[in-house]
Amino acid sequence: MERIKKYKRFERFWHWSQSALIFFLALTGFEVHDSIHVFGYEKAVEFHRIASYAFLVLIVFAIFWHFTTEEWKQYIPTFKNMKAQIMYYTIGIFRNDPHPTQKDKWQKLNPLQILTYLGFKVLIVPVMVVSGLLYMFHKTINTNNIVVISNFELGTIAVWHTFGAFILIAFIIVHVYMTTTGEHPTTNIKAMLTGYEDVEHGEEEEPIKEEQGV
Amino acid sequence: MRLKEHSHVLTLVLIVLGTIAVIAAIQALTPPEEPNLALEALRVKFAKDDPAGVDHSQFPILNQKFESAQEVTATCLTCHEERHDEVVNSSHFNWDRISYIDGRGIQALGKKNVLNNYCISVAGNEAACAKCHTGYGMTNSKIYDFTDANNVDCLACHADTEEYAKGGGHGGDPLATVDLTKVAQTVGKPTIENCGSCHFLGGGGNNVKHGDLETALYSADREMDVHLANDGIDMTCVDCHTAENHQIAGKLYSVSSSNVNRLYCESCHDNTPHLSDMLNKHTANVACQTCHIPVYAKENPTKMEWYWSDAGKLENGQPYSLEDSTGEHIYMSIKGSFEWASNVEPEYVWFNGTADHYLIGDKIDTTNGPVQINRLFGSHDDPGSKIIPVKVHRGDQIYDTENLTLIQPKLYAEAQGDSAFWKDFDWNTAAAAGMKQVGLPYSGHYDFIQTEMYWPINHMVSKAEASLQCADCHTQNDGRLAELTGFYLPGRDNNATLDGLGKWMIILSLFGVLAHGISRIISYFLIQKDLEMKHYREFE
Repeated sequence: MERIKKYKRFERFWHWSQSALIFFLALTGFEVHDSIHVFGYEKAVEFHRIASYAFLVLIVFAIFWHFTTEEWKQYIPTFKNMKAQIMYYTIGIFRNDPHPTQKDKWQKLNPLQILTYLGFKVLIVPVMVVSGLLYMFHKTINTNNIVVISNFELGTIAVWHTFGAFILIAFIIVHVYMTTTGEHPTTNIKAMLTGYEDVEHGEEEEPIKEEQGV
Repeated sequence: MRLKEHSHVLTLVLIVLGTIAVIAAIQALTPPEEPNLALEALRVKFAKDDPAGVDHSQFPILNQKFESAQEVTATCLTCHEERHDEVVNSSHFNWDRISYIDGRGIQALGKKNVLNNYCISVAGNEAACAKCHTGYGMTNSKIYDFTDANNVDCLACHADTEEYAKGGGHGGDPLATVDLTKVAQTVGKPTIENCGSCHFLGGGGNNVKHGDLETALYSADREMDVHLANDGIDMTCVDCHTAENHQIAGKLYSVSSSNVNRLYCESCHDNTPHLSDMLNKHTANVACQTCHIPVYAKENPTKMEWYWSDAGKLENGQPYSLEDSTGEHIYMSIKGSFEWASNVEPEYVWFNGTADHYLIGDKIDTTNGPVQINRLFGSHDDPGSKIIPVKVHRGDQIYDTENLTLIQPKLYAEAQGDSAFWKDFDWNTAAAAGMKQVGLPYSGHYDFIQTEMYWPINHMVSKAEASLQCADCHTQNDGRLAELTGFYLPGRDNNATLDGLGKWMIILSLFGVLAHGISRIISYFLIQKDLEMKHYREFE
């Protein structure tokens, strides 16, 4: 049994801030959509906007981090082991089979995760950011000299934004559940909290030290 | 997990949660009551007493016996030279304005030639209607000289209303009981009573027409109207409706058409009056009145419906009337049946400042819903339009089934036998006489048709706390703007297909992970059992 450093400090910070923001944005966003009632409409709109700015800042930092640390290479899609991974989730997991893909410092995502998270990064988040910005600045003020976006129907913008929101909710449900499919149900979530994961077959990989993180 | 090892992780989590908690706390705990300095400045501006007016009772020239009201006017003009020309050129005297109207062109339009949804029209009824004309001697608007300045009624607007009153059926002349000498000495700046004596009582009674203009405003509190409130800034009509050269600022689209000489809340409050940026964004599409006048007719009821088709029923050959519990007429033989309401929530329309009106002689379309007595132009796609609150007055009116025109019936006469409906109760003769007077054909066949008239609501501004809240419109649940379609309103609108799909996506995701999880738990125990049995066998 070895402990490997799996998630760096910024990675964990990014992950948990992002999850908190998405949760908060969903809460306020669906209130703006009149699906739930928590803060009251006015506060919901206000909070949603503030949180969206925080999210934008976080995204900028995350993009910077991905490229400066070369972590973006984690997300190059591959079909290698794809079938094995699907077989594991549909059959193997019920037979207590071992995980088909090894996790280590340079391959911490399985092929299904790569595809999912890549989709999250390059499809869902951009859809939400672009439609969100268009939504935020969509108005037809012409006496107040404020940014005017009126070439897009607000209804169309809102449909895209709502669509993304539903996808995100479904993503979170499945994502949270999938964290329980590690060695033990709490292995993955512990790793995302502490940065370390206990691996049975970690001999070939030297555990990296804390100082190398970030 | 040893706590110390993971202290930095906990710190990070705390930072994230802390940030969100701080944002929420700041927003929730910041009192929104920081002073709105622009509003304070306006309060200071209007908190001053007007300088005392000139005491006209000291002028010898007014201390004389006046033979006629016209003589008073002539006397006024000895000092206030040229003022009569200004009044003669105002719509208060002219009863029309030259306007450009889409689809109609240049048109002189006003009380002279529009219809309304109440007593229908001035034509033929001038003697009675002229009670609210700022002139004397108008018994027939067709032959009345609207350029004769001697007939200007200075007193209606400038004299003490306790002393001065115009009579019904006198063509705008004062009551015979009025002491002109005494009255002439009371003149000064118009008070709310001067304006209210006509504008609050239009349509035959208090608050009948407008809904937001009524005698309760004489002693308004801040709940009723923040501007006129006696316990507030205590403004008066002419503070906003200024009258440079007797041209009064502001007008109402029950008789107006052009987007000129309008009076805006923004004239004083500018178009970003809120401390909240989000609220200020609304001012591009939403008129101030929409949120700040959540209800009108706050004290006395206003007439909402008027069905002329019910008029003419007699009891033992005599006209009669019925009253509701508040003392308002719900039926009159001479006028028909009415519906009243108070504390009314307005309806809402897009409005760009231009309007068209049904003019006497216009053809009607009997197949296309109620006849629009006036039509407010505007739409969401027109960037000059805003959402405004309106009172919609509904009813029916008599029309010529052959010529397809609304009929101007002759209503008023001194006595029976003069074809007046209010005396003879015969629609046919009243229609024939009325149409003859306005010079239009009448086929002899009449019926009644549904009508609608739109009254923009501008007064009875509520306290900020009482104004509409976000969720009054931004809701799926029958909000204030539920009827106003054609644009996407967040909170009200959604794509039903997408929302349905989204709901199912969430349900299926939950169901999927639940099924997968339960299967794992079951298989885990099965495998355990399997192993146990294996052990047992091995042991054997």
